[in-house]
Amino acid sequence: MKILSKLRASIAVAAVLILSAVMFVDINDAQAEYGDVVINNYSDGAGMRPVVFPHWFHRVRFRCKVCHADLGFKFQAGGNEINMVKIIDGQFCGACHNGDIAWSVENCNLCHSGKPGTPTQVHESTVQKLAQPSGAKK
Amino acid sequence: MPVSTFRAEFLDTVSGLARGAASPGLALFLWLLCVGAAWAGEWLPLANDGIHDPRSRAVKILQQPREALQGLTPDHAGNQVRWVQVLEKGEIRPREKLFPQTVVQKLDLDVILDAKGGMPAVRFPHRPHTEWLDCVNCHDGLFAKSVGQSKISMFKILQGEQCGVCHGAVAFPLTECARCHSIPRPGQSKPVIPAGIDPRIHQAIGQGQK
Repeated sequence: MKILSKLRASIAVAAVLILSAVMFVDINDAQAEYGDVVINNYSDGAGMRPVVFPHWFHRVRFRCKVCHADLGFKFQAGGNEINMVKIIDGQFCGACHNGDIAWSVENCNLCHSGKPGTPTQVHESTVQKLAQPSGAKK
Repeated sequence: MPVSTFRAEFLDTVSGLARGAASPGLALFLWLLCVGAAWAGEWLPLANDGIHDPRSRAVKILQQPREALQGLTPDHAGNQVRWVQVLEKGEIRPREKLFPQTVVQKLDLDVILDAKGGMPAVRFPHRPHTEWLDCVNCHDGLFAKSVGQSKISMFKILQGEQCGVCHGAVAFPLTECARCHSIPRPGQSKPVIPAGIDPRIHQAIGQGQK
């Protein structure tokens, strides 16, 4: 009996410790993959979902230099003023997304797959995590 | 080492600790903590990641992060993938160029940057950077080509300038202080955390280090 009550007490202690550990875990409502970029320069206005660009997917297949040197993508989310005319013309995403290297532009919904209204951002960036002004829109 | 072996070894270590511990409560706590850690370390499915619209058919068609990343050398930060090692070991073979006329440039040169304020000095290795990037990505826009000509500061980096253009957005995050500040000062055996800085943002030396 004595052992049983000792066990109960230690389980209670463990439960308290676990609860306090859980309180330290940072629970965000959005937990997209590190480096995911949302581009919403024109999408919302055009009635399309914003574009989600997953860096993790692309860097498995291409080095950074392919897009950021050869294709001239600036290192700035939303800073390239990409539009569908440029893409169809073979610039930016259109250098690969042409039905030859990767799927072509008629698969609108595969890129335009973000939650409507999500602002342009680099998701899970340290800046976003540490330096988000209080009350800012996520 | 693959993620599954890494996890198994980790679980073994933790359960070994727990068996040695006197209190069954402590054992239970450690076990639950490690289950929690394994759960928190999972890649989320696209439909629940908070930025994809779960009603979009894309979340059923696109590759899931877990499928692409689970077999790669693990990390505890960022994408939970040690990208530089993954490339070195040949676990992935990303293309270097799209156009035949592109000249691929690489450089093997370490630059040591002495840090102010008692932090260990920074070793900047060109080699892993030029595996991924081209010279023009940094020179001469973000950094001057000659050593000492760029005034680099953590203030700017934390605002997303200089190193912070990539580190803190796509390359390993800025909470991994010791990966850059890796050269101890004379008389220091390991990086010293300055007073007033939250020690949780510092990585234990030796852990996850190359």
